[in-house]
Amino acid sequence: MEVPILKLGAYLMASIQSALTDADLLHLRDALVDQVGRFRSRGVIVDVTALDVMDSFAARTLSDIAHMIRLRGADTVIVGIQPDVAMAMVQLGLRLEGVATALDLEEGLAFLARSTRERISGGA
Amino acid sequence: MKATTRPPEAQPLGADPRGDAESTAALLRELVSHLRQNRTQLREEWARRITHAQLLTAMTEEEIFAEATSVYDNYVEALETGTFEALQAYARNLSERIIPRGVETHEVVGIVLLLRDVLARSLFAKYHEDFTKLNRILDAYEPAANRIANTVAVGFVQERERIIREQQEAIRELSTPVLQVRERLLILPIIGLIDPQRARQLTEQLLRAIRTNRARVVVIDITGVAAMDSNVANHLVLTVEASRLLGATVIVTGLSPEIAQTLVQIGVDLTKMNTVGDLQGGIEEAERLLGYKVVLLGEAAQQVGESTGQK
Repeated sequence: MEVPILKLGAYLMASIQSALTDADLLHLRDALVDQVGRFRSRGVIVDVTALDVMDSFAARTLSDIAHMIRLRGADTVIVGIQPDVAMAMVQLGLRLEGVATALDLEEGLAFLARSTRERISGGA
Repeated sequence: MKATTRPPEAQPLGADPRGDAESTAALLRELVSHLRQNRTQLREEWARRITHAQLLTAMTEEEIFAEATSVYDNYVEALETGTFEALQAYARNLSERIIPRGVETHEVVGIVLLLRDVLARSLFAKYHEDFTKLNRILDAYEPAANRIANTVAVGFVQERERIIREQQEAIRELSTPVLQVRERLLILPIIGLIDPQRARQLTEQLLRAIRTNRARVVVIDITGVAAMDSNVANHLVLTVEASRLLGATVIVTGLSPEIAQTLVQIGVDLTKMNTVGDLQGGIEEAERLLGYKVVLLGEAAQQVGESTGQK
């Protein structure tokens, strides 16, 4: 199943609605990394609220997406990880290191607003 | 009666189960009527010996006598009917009443064994002239008495275990509160011993609370934790990581010198953990992260005055 990527002003949003195959994940990665440049986006939100399982490949791909998008000049935030999923992930050692996370979409947007403001004020 | 006319030597144990059962029942009937007749005297003797042996010291003599009476009656009834359900229920009920008063297992076992002994002695006294009869009476009495002692003791221990389980459950429930001190700020004070089960429960509760309260910062205070092993420390690290995945920052406060030493010595990786000395410092740091600034009322009025004055 292909994940739709929505453009929200300066941000892109991908909401994963069901379990994805490895190929779907790679496709999502490629699409996001491509579009973030095309739309000159400042931030990307990946919503995983609907996921109740996160395997190591998914976690690594999410982590890759975040790092690749950072190299393309934007920030990524993963939102909506469920408590049970979070516990299972850390127990499996899937820590998503260096990747920003937020409770839900609203918090994710607030985080991106903060981080882009900081970057602009820091750069000035 | 058929059973009494036969000499016991001529009937090996279990050779004729039906006849044997009949004779046992008859003997038990005789035994029960003897115990009924001498109820007052035997009961007093038993209560006297309980006091003498310094059992049930938590109870007054009147209470002991009252309990002795009902135990005695239940005991005789169990001997008579051969069913133990009533006795079992009574033992559970008795345990429920006396456990909170600090009665120990050895005391309960002790009094039941005393009763067994008192009754056996009365049988010796009654039948000392007819040794064969005495033997047969005891053959009938002993297994039943053993089973009664067993029932009462097991009932007591089961009741005790049930109470212990309930209390453990209560302690567990009480000991893990997740409290909101400000919008988006939770504190989790941990007190007492952390075993793996409790650690898991703490984490589950915390993660759920982060979600329901939409918390951005969590302060875990472990001032009240005396010791921590590597399992629990690693679990704490996992909790911090999992909270981060939900978008919450965790600040750990109140690590005692001993715990700090242990954690460094066992080499737990705490670099990702945000630690502050005490709970106050932790809450202040959390407020800073959330963008709060606490000012005294006087200062606040002054600041408002200054800003309006500038305008």
